[in-house]
Amino acid sequence: MTRDAGFLGYPRADGRIGVRNHVLVVPTVICSAVVAERIAASIAPAGAALPHLAGCGQIGPDMHVTHETLAAYARHPNVGAVIVVALGCEQVVGQQIAEAARQSGKPAHIVSIQGEGGTLRATARGIAIARELAAGLADAGRVYCPASSLVVSVKCGGSDYTSGLASNPVVGRVADTVVDLGGSIVLGEIAEIMGAEHLLAARASQPAVGARLLRVVNRVEAEAMALGVDIRGTQPSPGNIRGGLTTIEEKSLGATHKAGERTRLEDVVAYAAPITKPGLTVMDTPGLDVESVTGMVGGGAQVVLFTTGLGTPTGNPIAPVIKITGNARTAQTMADNIDVDVSGILTDTETFDDAAQRLFAVVLETASGAPIAAERLGHREFAIHRRNPTI
Amino acid sequence: MNPAIVISSADNVATVLEPIAAGQTVAARGASVTAVEAIPRGHKIALKSIRTGEIVMKYGSAIGTASADIEAGAHVHTHNVASARGRGDLSR
Repeated sequence: MTRDAGFLGYPRADGRIGVRNHVLVVPTVICSAVVAERIAASIAPAGAALPHLAGCGQIGPDMHVTHETLAAYARHPNVGAVIVVALGCEQVVGQQIAEAARQSGKPAHIVSIQGEGGTLRATARGIAIARELAAGLADAGRVYCPASSLVVSVKCGGSDYTSGLASNPVVGRVADTVVDLGGSIVLGEIAEIMGAEHLLAARASQPAVGARLLRVVNRVEAEAMALGVDIRGTQPSPGNIRGGLTTIEEKSLGATHKAGERTRLEDVVAYAAPITKPGLTVMDTPGLDVESVTGMVGGGAQVVLFTTGLGTPTGNPIAPVIKITGNARTAQTMADNIDVDVSGILTDTETFDDAAQRLFAVVLETASGAPIAAERLGHREFAIHRRNPTI
Repeated sequence: MNPAIVISSADNVATVLEPIAAGQTVAARGASVTAVEAIPRGHKIALKSIRTGEIVMKYGSAIGTASADIEAGAHVHTHNVASARGRGDLSR
C-alpha cells in the first residue's frame, strides 16, 4: 500500500475519475423503463439502464429525490454518455436530466416516446443514438489516476456473526488506507448506525458534523418508533437473528467497523447528494441494500465494497459492487457471487492486515477495469428511496 | 478447546465459531466457561452470570439489556436480551 498507489481510470471534464465508461440510458418515469432497457441492451455491456418505479404521481420530497438521483447518475464519472428516454407527459423533466449530464461534460440526447410516435420508433431511434455514442466511447483510453480520486462506498448485507468479526474489520482497514491516500469513504444505512453512533460522532472532525449525525440517527429511530412496532423483525432481519445477531445495537457495532478504525467523520449528506470531502462521509440512506447502494453510487462512489455473511447478489447498473465474505461456507455455496473470501481470519490462517492488502489490490484492479462477480452475472439492481405515498 | 472470540476485555459474552454442545468448554481471551446448553455456530455464550436488567457487552459496547437472569455458559440471544433501541412497541 504505497503512497503512489493508483489505478487506470477515465478522467472526466468535471475533474472526477470514472472506473467504468457506460452509455447510461435513463427513463424519466416508469412508463419509459422498458424502452430504456431495450436501448441499453442493444449495446451491452457498455449500455446501462436505470429502470425505476417513480417519476410521476410523486409529491414534495419524493419528487425531489427521484429527480436528484437520476441527475446524479447522469453526472456520474462511471458514465461517458447519456440518453434520456421520456414518455412526454411525466413530472421528471428529461431536459433537466440531459442538462445535468452536459454540465458535467458528457454528450446527452433525449428520446421521447410520445414525440417519436410509439415504442417501436422510440426504441429504434434510441438504439441508433446508443450505437453512435458507444462507438465514440470505445476510443477512450484509460490513464493512470491516483488512489486519492477514489470514492468508495462501504456496505454490508445478509450479515451474520462473521460480518462483524472478519469481513467488516477487513473493509475498515481498506477504508483507513483509502483515506490515508487522500480518498473518500461513504457509509450509509442510518438504522445500522443506531447503537454505534456515539463511536462515529466521537470521530467527527467538527462538533457540528457529529451533532448532525446524531440528529439523523434520532430522526430515523423516531420514524421507526412512530410505527408503533418493535424495530426487531427488520433490524436485525430474521436471517441476521438466525445468524447469531441479537439486537440492532450488536448489528450496528459490527457494521460500523466497515467505515475504518481511525477515519475522521467529515460530512453527513442527504440521499444521493454529492460526496465532496476526503475522509469519511455518512449518507442518509435506508438499510435496504439496493436503495442504499443506489444512493451512495449516486453520491459519486465509483466502487462499492459489500460484505456479506449469508450471501447476496446485489449489483449496480454503473458501479462494480465487490462482494467480501468472512463465512467459509458462504464462500463455497455462493462461490459465483463472492469476489473475496476473508474467512481465513476466523481460522487464524490470515491476518487482518494481509486480508486488507489483498482486498485493496482487488479494489485497484477493479477500478482499472477487471470485472467482478456481480458484473459477470448481470446484477444491476437499482431502486430510488421513497418516503411518501404515490398520489 | 472450542474456538470462540471475545472482542473486548469489557465483554461479558463470547461468539462461538463452531456449534457447542452442553458440557463443552469454550475459551477465548483468557476467559473459560462451560456451556450449560447447546450454542449454535455464530451465537453467543455468557462468560459470567448476567442478571436481569444488566447490560450485555460485546465489542466493548452495550448490545442490549438482559431480559432474564442469564447464567454463565448459557446461550445469549433474543430470548434473554432486549434491545434498547427502536422499540415502538413499548412507546404505545
